[in-house]
Amino acid sequence: MTKIVDTASETLPARRGMRGWTITPVGGVCFAIAAFWLIVVLIGPWLAPHPIGAIVSFDIFSSPSAEFPLGTDYLGRDMLSRVIIGARYTVGVSLAAALIACSCGVALGMITAVIGGWFDAIVSRGLDALNAIPHLMFGLVIIAAVGTSLPVLIGTLALLYTPGSFRFARALAANVNELDFVHVARARGEGSFYMIREEILPNIIGPVLADFGLRFVFIVLLLSGLSFLGLGVQPPNADWGALVRENVSGLAYGAPAVIIPSLAIASLTISVNLAIDNLPRRLRDRLS
Amino acid sequence: MTELVKVENLRVIARSDSGRETPIVRDISFAVPRGKVVALIGESGSGKTTIALSLMGYARSGCRIAGGSIRIGGRDILSLSASEKAKVRGRNVSYIAQSAAAAFNPAKTIMSQVIESAMIHRLTSRAEAEAKAVELFRALALPDPEGVGARYPHQVSGGQLQRLAAAMALISEPELVIFDEPTTALDVTTQIEVLRSFKSVIRDRNTTGVYVSHDLAVVAQIADHIIVLRDGAIQESAATEQILTDARNPYTRSLLAAANPTAPAQAAPLAADAGEPPLLEVEALVAGYGAAGSDGLPAVTVLNDVGFTLRPGTNLGVIGESGCGKSTLARVIAGLLPPAGGTVKFRGETLAGSAAERTKEQLRSIQIVFQMADTALNPTRPVDQILGRPLTFYHGVKGAERTRRVRRLLDLVQLPAHIADRYPGELSGGQKQRVNLARALAAEPALILCDEVTSALDTVVAAAILDLLAELRRELKLSYVFISHDLSTVRTICDDVMVLYAGRKVEAGSRAAMRSAPLHPYSDLLVSSIPELRTGWLDGLGKTGGEMGLGSAAVLARADRCPFFSRCPSRIESLCDTQMPPVRRLAKGTDILCHQSEAELIRLQADLRATAAAPLDRSLPGESRQ
Repeated sequence: MTKIVDTASETLPARRGMRGWTITPVGGVCFAIAAFWLIVVLIGPWLAPHPIGAIVSFDIFSSPSAEFPLGTDYLGRDMLSRVIIGARYTVGVSLAAALIACSCGVALGMITAVIGGWFDAIVSRGLDALNAIPHLMFGLVIIAAVGTSLPVLIGTLALLYTPGSFRFARALAANVNELDFVHVARARGEGSFYMIREEILPNIIGPVLADFGLRFVFIVLLLSGLSFLGLGVQPPNADWGALVRENVSGLAYGAPAVIIPSLAIASLTISVNLAIDNLPRRLRDRLS
Repeated sequence: MTELVKVENLRVIARSDSGRETPIVRDISFAVPRGKVVALIGESGSGKTTIALSLMGYARSGCRIAGGSIRIGGRDILSLSASEKAKVRGRNVSYIAQSAAAAFNPAKTIMSQVIESAMIHRLTSRAEAEAKAVELFRALALPDPEGVGARYPHQVSGGQLQRLAAAMALISEPELVIFDEPTTALDVTTQIEVLRSFKSVIRDRNTTGVYVSHDLAVVAQIADHIIVLRDGAIQESAATEQILTDARNPYTRSLLAAANPTAPAQAAPLAADAGEPPLLEVEALVAGYGAAGSDGLPAVTVLNDVGFTLRPGTNLGVIGESGCGKSTLARVIAGLLPPAGGTVKFRGETLAGSAAERTKEQLRSIQIVFQMADTALNPTRPVDQILGRPLTFYHGVKGAERTRRVRRLLDLVQLPAHIADRYPGELSGGQKQRVNLARALAAEPALILCDEVTSALDTVVAAAILDLLAELRRELKLSYVFISHDLSTVRTICDDVMVLYAGRKVEAGSRAAMRSAPLHPYSDLLVSSIPELRTGWLDGLGKTGGEMGLGSAAVLARADRCPFFSRCPSRIESLCDTQMPPVRRLAKGTDILCHQSEAELIRLQADLRATAAAPLDRSLPGESRQ
């Protein structure tokens, strides 16, 4: 990655966004793909040519045509519409779950690092125990017990990924907590809330954002897995994982109905992953 | 006399992230004759390390060698290919880095690392290389030369590790050895041992060397020729003796002046009102780290029975080597570490152990300034917020008034007002330390705890900070507890001096009393270890305690013997190691922790000076850190 940065800064001048910020070409492309999917999520219902459950063709697993640009699925529904609407579930549910998981995890992590002592011990061990259970198994058990619905899916995914986020944030915050400027603030008599907000959070926010991106990707994959097993989003709605599952018999015909949602999952996860590896950097002129 | 190294018009350029290029070494030319040591001297950023590294054909990332030529023994280093350079490095030119601890791989034994370059360059068989290494260990005066190679790097002390790094550099009998600030990170008492062994090795082996340092006094002991650098350009280049006695360049003179701090015009201690309680009173303080045991003491006791009294308007200097507990003392007074025993009283009121239980007024009155300005300032906050927070927190100042007072604080520490928008990462070391100080001043305290505030700075910058401290004290009627490992710094600024060793107060008295004999044996060792700005100081020095034992101040305090026993040149066998010494009051007005009587100490220390050249009996139970 450094190689790309180096050559980029020498040959084609790195793209400059806001004053003093720069991004690598790879990062730019990946941001564009992620942004594309986000736009699809926001304006999907107006974009989709057909309702999600409508059977519009007698031809199943058809190849792309002018009428159905991405072909049709196993019931003769328009794949384009289904992928567009499916993005809402895949991106929406995952984003909500990742946001909840990371905000809970990071907040708890910073609080335990600052307060320490028995509070730290109880919270850490409790979340460690939760972390020890395999994610997919745990998700299956909860959904099997409670039944599946969007709130249950979001809650389950958030619960599964909170301990990891907590561990990560706590480790970062514990390091910052031992730096001299935090001791100075403590000697000044600052309260815990100020310490967390002003002294610790700004110094761990970079890695925390990177962790958020990774966790989002994991959640997309887990949600797709759950849907593939039939426990995720329920018909006639479908997220991308469910689209792959229901059309898997089209694999024999080389139907786009099974390939397109797979590509959609891959493009989203890979681009988000690479985008967080190539976050825009602020230009720091160390020589000045 | 032939020249081994010839550098001509060397230029090194650094480029920033935005692609802007700045020369950091400009047209440097010099030569190193065979068998001589040339020193490169300057403050940080003067390009001295960059020049030293370019002698191996190496430039750090972001830098490149833009022009000039470097010839070492007939080879043109800069025209060599990467693989040819690799053959030269470690074989013909070797390098001793500043931090030996970082230069050793903790997972491999010392021997395997010392002989590594001989193995890589296939110079000899492993057995021969090991024999040669043992010979080098002996030449470098390392204890247990046969056995030390089997240890791991964490099993030897910092000073020993630095000497082992020298052995690593010398094993391949290189033509040129580059010493990059090899003693800067060491305590003064350890620095002497290392310098002495370097010097004897250089002399015995007729080594050609380039010695990079910021410390003129150290360089004066080792180098034959000194090159003074500033901003990547040569200011002055002359023989060592000439630089020291007859410097021509004004910058060289300012370096010499900074290396020899004289007491700034001391404000006489402000007359204390009769009956006014002492500003700070510390009594029988015990503190340490780890969970408290059944006896109420922490797992590791760092401070033992330490007490002092600070009158308003006076300064106390606390000195000792690393690990002696001086920073812990500051942390206890600031409320960052609750003590296990003893009391801290401020203006007659007993302070709570933890900052959270102290009143805002108590917290405001005592401010702490840390050594490393890099970690003491929040890197994500601009300077005006760093300085504004204590103003808002303690004084409720907001808005335009806050901006005005931030500007006044910057003015007070002699920084320009535009620095308020900068982030700490964009400031120089000296500027950061000034902001660090300004933040403490924002609280308008009565007492500032200065924890090694000048140790990480260049001599010239450090001297400026000391002047600033003295001036602020006059203007704002402050008191300082000034913590340092450097006795000369402490003596320039403090009224009283306290010497700590292994967490115990071994001597305390006025500044004047600390200049007159007799001293506690450890204070005496500290005083005699400060390098003096003259050639031959090192050679004239007697074998002091620093050489004899290999203990360190971090030796855990034991109640049944004198903590300094293993290194003391004046010890009494079977008394000092079986009983804790009593506190003795000397005629000159200091209290010392020693079994020896005053008359005996005077006699012993006079003897030690007289027999300076003659080596002392060294058949002592050496204590190594395992």
